[in-house]
Amino acid sequence: MIPQRFEYSAPKTLDEALGLLAEGAKPLAGGMSLIPMMKLRLAAPEHLVDLGRIKDLSYIREQGGSIHIGATATHHDVESSALLRGKCPLLAETASHIGDVQVRNMGTIGGSVAHADPSADYPAALQALEAKLVLKGVKSERTVSAEEFFVDTFTTALEPGEIVREVIVPVDGDGTGTSYQKVLQPASGFAIVGIAARVRKSGEKITLVRIGVTGLANRAFRATAAEKSLEGKTGSAAEVQAAAAVVAQGVEANSDLHASADYRKHLAVVYAVKALNAALSRIA
Amino acid sequence: MATTTITKTEKLVGKRIRRREDPRLITGTATYVDDIKMPGMLYAAILRSPHAAAKIRSIDVSKAAALKGVTAVFTGKDTEQAGAVPCGASLPGLRVPHHHLLAIDRVYLVGHPVAVVVATDRYIARDGADLIEVDYEPETAVADPEKALEPGAHAVHPQWPDNVAFTFHQEGGDTEKAFKEADVIVKQRIVSQRLVPNPMETRGVVADWRAAERSMNLYSSTQVPHLVRSLVAQILGMDENRFRVVAPEVGGGFGAKLQIYAEEILLAYISKKLQKPVKWIESRRENFLCTIHGRGHVDYYELAAKRDGTITGIKLKIIQDLGAYFTLLTPAIPTLSVLMMPGLYRTPNISADIVGAFTNCTPTDAYRGAGRPEATHGIERMVDMVAAELKMDPAEIRLKNFVRNEEFPFPTATGLVYDSGDYSAPLKKAMEMASYDALRKEQVEARKQGKFMGIGLCAYGEICAFGPSPATPAGGWESATVKIEPSGKVTVLTGVSPHGQGEETTFAQIAGDELGVDIDDILVSHGDTSLVQYGIGTFGSRSTAVGGTALYFALQDLKAKIKKFGAMLLESEDVTFSDGKCVCNKTGKSCSVKEVAAAAYRAMKLPPNTEPGLVATHFWEPPNFTFPFGAHLVVTEVDRDTGGVSIRRYVAVDDCGNILNPLIVDGQVHGGVAQGIGQALWEQAVYDDSGQLVTGEFMDYTMPRAHMMPWIESGHTITPTPVNPLGVKGVGEAGTIGASPAVVNSVVDALSPLGVRHLDMPLTPEKLWKLIASKDQAGSNA
Ligand SMILES: Cc1cc2nc3c(=O)[nH]c(=O)nc-3n(C[C@H](O)[C@H](O)[C@H](O)COP(=O)(O)OP(=O)(O)OC[C@H]3O[C@@H](n4cnc5c(N)ncnc54)[C@H](O)[C@@H]3O)c2cc1C
Repeated sequence: MIPQRFEYSAPKTLDEALGLLAEGAKPLAGGMSLIPMMKLRLAAPEHLVDLGRIKDLSYIREQGGSIHIGATATHHDVESSALLRGKCPLLAETASHIGDVQVRNMGTIGGSVAHADPSADYPAALQALEAKLVLKGVKSERTVSAEEFFVDTFTTALEPGEIVREVIVPVDGDGTGTSYQKVLQPASGFAIVGIAARVRKSGEKITLVRIGVTGLANRAFRATAAEKSLEGKTGSAAEVQAAAAVVAQGVEANSDLHASADYRKHLAVVYAVKALNAALSRIA
Repeated sequence: MATTTITKTEKLVGKRIRRREDPRLITGTATYVDDIKMPGMLYAAILRSPHAAAKIRSIDVSKAAALKGVTAVFTGKDTEQAGAVPCGASLPGLRVPHHHLLAIDRVYLVGHPVAVVVATDRYIARDGADLIEVDYEPETAVADPEKALEPGAHAVHPQWPDNVAFTFHQEGGDTEKAFKEADVIVKQRIVSQRLVPNPMETRGVVADWRAAERSMNLYSSTQVPHLVRSLVAQILGMDENRFRVVAPEVGGGFGAKLQIYAEEILLAYISKKLQKPVKWIESRRENFLCTIHGRGHVDYYELAAKRDGTITGIKLKIIQDLGAYFTLLTPAIPTLSVLMMPGLYRTPNISADIVGAFTNCTPTDAYRGAGRPEATHGIERMVDMVAAELKMDPAEIRLKNFVRNEEFPFPTATGLVYDSGDYSAPLKKAMEMASYDALRKEQVEARKQGKFMGIGLCAYGEICAFGPSPATPAGGWESATVKIEPSGKVTVLTGVSPHGQGEETTFAQIAGDELGVDIDDILVSHGDTSLVQYGIGTFGSRSTAVGGTALYFALQDLKAKIKKFGAMLLESEDVTFSDGKCVCNKTGKSCSVKEVAAAAYRAMKLPPNTEPGLVATHFWEPPNFTFPFGAHLVVTEVDRDTGGVSIRRYVAVDDCGNILNPLIVDGQVHGGVAQGIGQALWEQAVYDDSGQLVTGEFMDYTMPRAHMMPWIESGHTITPTPVNPLGVKGVGEAGTIGASPAVVNSVVDALSPLGVRHLDMPLTPEKLWKLIASKDQAGSNA
C-alpha cells in the first residue's frame, strides 16, 4: 500500500492515547477498514494512534451480570471466547461470520463499531442484545446504548477525541435462544442483509423478542414491529412468518450492484424467518 | 572406464510428481519483479485519467516537479516520439488507433496514462502524481458495444464516428440452403460478459539501462519475454542483441501478460533517459483498469436442425467489445470464436460475422480460453435449446451430432482440421460417473416437490498448441536447448515462459526419461532472453505440445551424440543408449551419461565428425493445432426463496491426449473450472454509462474463492494427438471452456419448468429470484 505520509504512535496507556487523540490524531485498531481507505487515498490521516499496544484493552470478562469486551478484542477473540459462547453466544456467532480468518485475526470490535459500516455484522447483534458502549475521552466517560450509538452510515455518537472503550452485552439466562443469519455479498463478504434474533420463552409463551437488522438500511436497527408481532405468541410457523413479514416494513432500503432495495427487503424477510426459527430451536 | 552404474528405469512421465517450482512459491522465497532491488533505483508512479472520455486542455506538472525527491516528470509531449503500444493482429480494413504511451490531447478510457512521476521512493512518486493538475474537458462516453454501434453514439475516436474497428465475414458450406431446409430454427442472443483476468501478481517492470555496455535490462512480469524484447527494442530503436528481457517469477497471467504494455516501453525509455534503474509496480486498482480484460461478446446465434436432431447450419453474429484501443491480439480474439463455432459437431454449414466495436473501456484481449469459451458457451447453449425445442435429451442430441471416430482428421466448416478424437467417450464417461439416468429420475421427483434441480451438460472442444506459424502473428514454433554439463548435470532451456503451468516439472520428466537421469539432476530454465535461445512464450495451451515437442527433438539429437561418444568409449559400433547408459550389445559393457559428458568436454579423443561438448538445440514447427475435448456435467439446485445457486456435483472428464503428470493436469482443470464457474455465477466487469468501472476492486468484483468451489470429480479419456510425438494436446484452458456452459445449462434446466430457455451470465441470485418471482406471479394470475 502506498498511503500519504503519516505519523505513527503506539502508546502503552489509554491516557496517553486519549491525549494524542484530543490533539486530533486518529485511532488505528486492526486496520482492516482504515488501511484499505488509506491505500486508496480516500483517507489520509496525519497522525495514527495505534490502540493495539494499550495494556488491558482487549479483555472479555464477566462483571456484575454482564460481559464486558475491551475495544481491541479481535473478532477471533470474540468468536472463540468460551465465556461468550456460553453466556452470550449471539455475539460469538456473529463474529464468526465476519470476513475471513485474516480479517478476524486483525479486526477489532471497537474498530468495527466505530467504523459503522451499514453492512457490518456486529451492529445487528449489538442491537438485538441491547448492548451498551462505553465511550471515553480525555476527561469524559459515558455509556450509550447501541440504539443511540449507530447514527447513520459511517456515523456514530462518538465525539471528536473519544474512543469506544468497551462494549457491554447482557448474560441471558435459560429460556433464551439466539441466532445470526447472513446473506453474504459475494465479493466483499459483508452482509447484504444480516439478521440477529434473540427470543425468550417462558413455558410455551414468547416473552421477549429482539431483532437486529444490518445491511438493509443506512444503519443497523431494531425491527420493533416484528418484535411486537411475535411477543406473547408461541412461535408457530405462521406466527414467525407474520413477524418476519414486517421486518423491512417502512424501511428505506439500500440498493447497489449486488442487491436492489426490493431484493434486500425480500431477503430480510427470508432471513428473519431463518433467524427466528433457529433462535426458537435453540431455547434451552 | 566401462562400469555398470545402475540408473533408474522407472518412467517419470505419467507420474503424479509434485511441482518442483512449488517450494519456492509457498515459502515466499521466489523472486518476482517487485523483489528486484538495485543501487540507485528510482520508482515510477503513473497518473491516470479519471474520465472515460475527455479532452485535455492543459497539464501542469510544476508542483510535482518541485516536490523533494521527485527526479523527473514525463507527459505525453515528452514521450510522443518514443512510440506507441503495438497491435500484432491484422485483419482486412482494420482501423488501428495510434495509442500513445501517454495521452497527448485526449483520454479515451478511465485509467488512460497521462503522466509518469519518477522519484527516489514509491511514496514520493505517488505523492507527486497527486500533485499534477490536469484540466480535463469531459465528454459523454460509451461503454456498451451495442450502444456504441447505434447512430449518434459518442465516437471513441473522432476520426471513426461509427465506432466500427472492423467487420469480418466467414462462410463454409451452404448455410442459406441449410436454413431453408431446416425443420426447426432456434435463435438466441447470448452475452459472454467482460471479465477481469486478475492474476495474483499484478504487472510490474524494472528497466535498467547500463550506459557502459549500451545495454537495456528489462525485467517484466510477462508471458512472452522474447516478444517483449523484439518489440520494445524495435519501438525504441534499440539494438535487440543488447536488449535483455527477463521474466522472473511470474505470478499468473491467464493471457493478460502476453501483450506489450505501455509501461514496458515507458520504463525502458525513462531508464535510458535518466541513466538509472527504474521500477514500476502496478497496483491492484491499476490492474483492474489498465491490464486487459477478457470476453466482452454479444452473440446473435441461429441454429438450423432437422426433426431428428441433426444440426445442419449455424449462423453467428458477434459484436466484440474491443475497448478503446488495441493491445497485441485484441481484434484477433473473436476470430478464434468463429473458428471454433461448430464445437464438436459435424455441421457442414456455417456463416459468421464479427463487428468489432470501440468503447471507452479497457481493451479486451486473450483471457484464459480466448475466444473459445465464448464459442463453446454459444454452441453448447444453442444445442440445449434445439434439444428442448425437439424434446430430445441433451445428451442424445450431442451424441447424434458429434464428429465420428472414423472421420478424423476432420475438416470443419470453418477451415480447421480436427486432429483426433473420440468425442462421445468423455460424455458417456461423465454421465456414467454422475449416474445420469438416476439423476434424471431424481429430478422428476424433485420437480414434483417444487424444487429447482438442474442437470447441465457441456461437450467442449478447443483449439490448442498455437500453432502453425502461418496462423499466428509472431511465429508459432517453439525452441529448446538441452545441455549436459561436464559434470553430467542437465540444463534445459525452453523458449516457453511458464508462470504457473508447471513445465519446470513436466519438462524435467520428459528429459529425465529420455536421458535416463535423475529428475533432481535436471534444471529447467526459462524467461531470460540472454540465457535462452529465442522462443515464443506461454499462451494458448501451447507450452507442452509445442515447447515440449521441441525439447523432445533436442533430446533425440543429443541422444544420438551421446551414442557416438559411448561407441567411442566402449570401442564398439554396436551400442544402444537407454536408461542413462550406453551399452555395448556384444560385450554388455556400459558407460553412463556422466562418463560420456566428462569425455565429451575433456575431448582427449573425439568420435569421427563430432564436435566436443553435449548441447543440442531444436526449433520445432508444428504441422497443425491440437484439439482437446471433454465433457462436463453439473448438477445444481436453485433456491426458490433467494435465487441462490448451489452446485451439488461437478463432474469433469477431459481428454487432453497423453498425460505427462496427472497431478498437474488436475490442477489445471481445477483452476480452469474455478474461473469458468466464476464467469457463470459471479464475475463481471460492470461499467456505468459514464465509463467508470464499477467493479474495479475486489470489494465488488467477485473472484471465485476456495470455499465457493464445489468438489470436482475428475475423469479422463486419452486420445493421443498425431500432431506431435508426445501425443499431448494441452490442458491449460480446458476447464475454463467447459465450465461456464455446463453450469448455465444446468441452471436453465433447473428453471425450465418455468419456461426458461436461456439466461445470461453471471447467474446472480437476484436475477434468478426476480425471474422466479415474476413467473410465480404470472402463474398465480393465470
Ligand atoms: C477483506 C475484508 C472483509 C471484511 N468482511 C467483513 C464482514 O464480513 N463483516 C464485517 O462486519 N466487517 C468486515 N470487514 C471489516 C472488518 O470487520 C474491520 O475489522 C472492522 O470494520 C474495523 O475494525 P478494525 O479493528 O480493523 O479497525 P480499523 O480499520 O483500525 O479502524 C476503523 C475505524 O475505526 C476507528 N477506530 C478504531 N478503533 C476505534 C475505537 N476503539 N474507538 C473509536 N474509533 C476507533 C479508526 O480510526 C477508523 O476510523 C472486512 C474487512 C476486510 C478487509
